[in-house]
Amino acid sequence: MLLDMYASMLRIRLFEEKIVDLYPEQEMKCPVHLCIGQEAIAAGVCLNLRKDDYVFSNHRGHGHALAKGSAMRPLMAEFYGKVTGCSRGKGGSMHIIDVENGILGTSAIVAGGIPMGVGAALASSIRKDGRVTVIFFGDGAYDEGALYESFNFASLKKLPVVFFCENNFYATNSHQSARQSACRISEAASAFDAHGVCIDGNDVIEVYKATQDSINRARKGGGPSLIEAKTYRWKGHVGPEADYEKGCRPKEELLYWMERCPVKVMRELLLSRSVATESELAGIATSVTDEIEDAVKFAKESEYPPLSDLLTDVYAPVKETL
Amino acid sequence: MPWTKVYSNKAEFEKALSDNKDLRGLAYKDALLEATSQMLESDETVFVIGEGIDDPGGVFGSTKGLHLKFGRERVMDSPLAENGITGVAVGAAVAGMRPILVHMRVDFIPLTIDQIVNHAAKWRYMFGGKVSVPVVIRSMIGRGWGSAAQHSQSLQSLFTNIPGLKVVMPATPYDAKGLLRASVYDGNPVVFIEHRWLYEHMGHVPAEPYTVPLGKAVTRRAGRDATIVAVSYMVYESMCAADILKNEGIDCEVIDFRTLKPLDMPHILESVSKTGRLVIADTGWKDTGIGSEIIARVVEDGFGVLKAPPERVNLPEAPTPASPALEKAYYPGKNEIAAAVRRVVKRG
Repeated sequence: MLLDMYASMLRIRLFEEKIVDLYPEQEMKCPVHLCIGQEAIAAGVCLNLRKDDYVFSNHRGHGHALAKGSAMRPLMAEFYGKVTGCSRGKGGSMHIIDVENGILGTSAIVAGGIPMGVGAALASSIRKDGRVTVIFFGDGAYDEGALYESFNFASLKKLPVVFFCENNFYATNSHQSARQSACRISEAASAFDAHGVCIDGNDVIEVYKATQDSINRARKGGGPSLIEAKTYRWKGHVGPEADYEKGCRPKEELLYWMERCPVKVMRELLLSRSVATESELAGIATSVTDEIEDAVKFAKESEYPPLSDLLTDVYAPVKETL
Repeated sequence: MPWTKVYSNKAEFEKALSDNKDLRGLAYKDALLEATSQMLESDETVFVIGEGIDDPGGVFGSTKGLHLKFGRERVMDSPLAENGITGVAVGAAVAGMRPILVHMRVDFIPLTIDQIVNHAAKWRYMFGGKVSVPVVIRSMIGRGWGSAAQHSQSLQSLFTNIPGLKVVMPATPYDAKGLLRASVYDGNPVVFIEHRWLYEHMGHVPAEPYTVPLGKAVTRRAGRDATIVAVSYMVYESMCAADILKNEGIDCEVIDFRTLKPLDMPHILESVSKTGRLVIADTGWKDTGIGSEIIARVVEDGFGVLKAPPERVNLPEAPTPASPALEKAYYPGKNEIAAAVRRVVKRG
């Protein structure tokens, strides 16, 4: 399991770093919201999930999709606006879908995907299909009314949902303390008679355990949980640069969190406990790098959508016989 | 045809019933109830959600008793959280259900714009057609008894501007039942707007399930001198106006376009090509309303067919007042429609 956690985090880290490398080429003509530094959350959460469990995410959703099992090719192709992309080039990096892996689409409106995730959980509840829905959102979404409306309903109906707040302290460049009076996000759960917990979002094992507890609770009909995981986004709100370079936050803050890099910490743990050797870890890195290179090649070589796609998919075709 | 016939009042329908034993009379609200009940009965993916839908009144009768028949797991009251609950319905639709969401007042819909405009309308396109959003959002226009500015709006034009949505406004009990079923099975987000003043209207409604296709207008009355294009409650006012004008020797054609998006322009254009005169009667305001769109398309697609400038009958450019004196002056009806037709006829 520890090795799975490491592999999942590394897969996200190297994928995102590749975007950092390639973005200046300006061939990826869409905004990218990178999650470097936050990988422990996606990995720790998704290792608890079944393939058919639902995940709802947001504009910063690459890591969630990768951790849930999405292949790199359709993701990378989507970022390049190619017809082979997961959304056929119509969504871009903010709008990822992978129906087979339970990702029914990601919203780029802050908190916009939260009620939809609760809706998917309601569908599961009506169908009694045993699925759990995890909804990822940031501390910015805590400012939005949609969260409270959704949380109340999920708790009222005891829906199988885990509300997972990735608290990276910044909504674009606005610090949490400038936006929120209490800065104790997980405590909101008590107002809805639900389980709430605040954890270290850079500790993948802690993330895994907290999520496991909430998912077990949800699957048994115990209703929703709110997990607040404190973490840090190394890059800017959007794009490959770091925020301190633009004067948006102190460099010392970034350096503090880089010391707490979830990938590095896990790597040291694996080696110190002799769970894996250097060469085994290098082997994981090589296979991830190969997957990334293959995805980039695939994306670059793929075609753009034909212009006839401009007006397709606006409406589902209407069946004649009802 | 009994299913396209508009009965202006209950007495007229009761007379029709006594003349034709094959007719089955049902009120508009009961037609909606019957459609919903039949879909809940036959399709496990259908569920109904909305504020107060399981109260004894049952949304003015249109959901009455459904929770007793199908249980509160499928017919559920909801918190007063219009945007959140709309998102819940949208998410459930994306996950394979066919929710019928009820917002008891159109005026509550502005609270839900994020989920309808940013999410429901775009979800299929944004993901390259990998998923669809088969959700129906029912809502009701109120009128009268001092309902005032926040309980009486006709906001359909907010949605006709958005690709990805469909907008439906049934005028008759027959269409209420058939269009609701067609909307639920359309596979797309449908904003389904009803008018409270239609709820007690009686008409022929077959007992078995049926659909009325979206995007198809219907001619309620044939005529040669002028075309009145109307929707929802204004269809009735237009039929009455046509009766008045008949006595004056003006023969009106009345078209009920039923669906605002997509709009059945070929049907409207065919009639206008015949009469050369056009008056549009809408329940909402004038600026960038559906009447603006119809006139624009008549000019774009049929430039030269008009013998006279067209007219629009809309609400005055003000929120709805509460005072009965002002309220009476606020709403246009058969007399205003007839006056508009007279002016158009006089001009060419």
